[in-house]
Amino acid sequence: MSGERPRIAVLVFPGSNDDRDAAHAVDALGAEAVPVWHAEPELPDVGGVVLPGGFSYGDYLRCGALARFAPAMGAVARVAAGGGPVLGICNGFQILCEASLLPGVLRPNASLSFVCRDVDVVVEHEDTPFTAGCGGKTLTIPVKHGEGCWFGDAALVHRLEAERRIVLRYAGGDNPNGSVADVAGVVNKGRNVLGLMPHPEHAVDPLLGSTDGAPLLSGLIEAARTLPAVVV
Amino acid sequence: MRATVLVRPKAGILDPQGQAVESSLRQLGFSVSGARVGRVVDLELSAPDPASARATLERMCEQLLANPLIESYEIELSGG
Repeated sequence: MSGERPRIAVLVFPGSNDDRDAAHAVDALGAEAVPVWHAEPELPDVGGVVLPGGFSYGDYLRCGALARFAPAMGAVARVAAGGGPVLGICNGFQILCEASLLPGVLRPNASLSFVCRDVDVVVEHEDTPFTAGCGGKTLTIPVKHGEGCWFGDAALVHRLEAERRIVLRYAGGDNPNGSVADVAGVVNKGRNVLGLMPHPEHAVDPLLGSTDGAPLLSGLIEAARTLPAVVV
Repeated sequence: MRATVLVRPKAGILDPQGQAVESSLRQLGFSVSGARVGRVVDLELSAPDPASARATLERMCEQLLANPLIESYEIELSGG
């Protein structure tokens, strides 16, 4: 996908509720958001994908466990395998983990409380399309989730650290959910799939208190602009 | 054939739900420790024999009913 306004698919599952915010943010940052219903077996001609937040399939069984079998997820996996940028936010992160496109799993918050507030997130590594423009900053971005406690066993955490794949961590003392190793976001081995619990799409306008989410989404858009078209 | 699948948080995995239940039971005056909360899935399936039913159920568990990273499962079969 190339051109002035790259097209970004925003998946919509039954129970998604941040898809419009994600589409709005993607549009505001210079791309064209294309909503795609989960039942579509193929994606339209897009350069990247956003899996938005929400409660797909009512979070039944486990968060993301049912959404991973949606027909559109096969197409998302093909985009990911082809090197296209895929961003999973909150429920989107949960779905990517359940689909084994990202490592680990999201569990109920250690506090058992739903948490809704701004958190400080440290950008640990900038060598991903999403974090390339974050300039080693600490980002202030809201979280709002009940099941954001990322878990991986010690061996997995060790491997991810060695591979520099834990790209976002909650700043010291600001872990809202008890995630192992303060993980806020991880990438796949190819570094073109990022999942994170904080909501960058809610932090792209000064009116909402922070614009720190913009670089992450702009990174997705830039990757969609520059990568060759992904055939799905 | 009827089957019951028990899904449990693996040993050593933090189970805040179990902790909350344990603390509530204590508040009620019960002397308990180590409560863990899992999930039960009752289902019916058609299979030629118990061995193949069990094999099918194991595939169900691996693919959907349990997340092997954090959960263990146990399958109970009852005939007819």
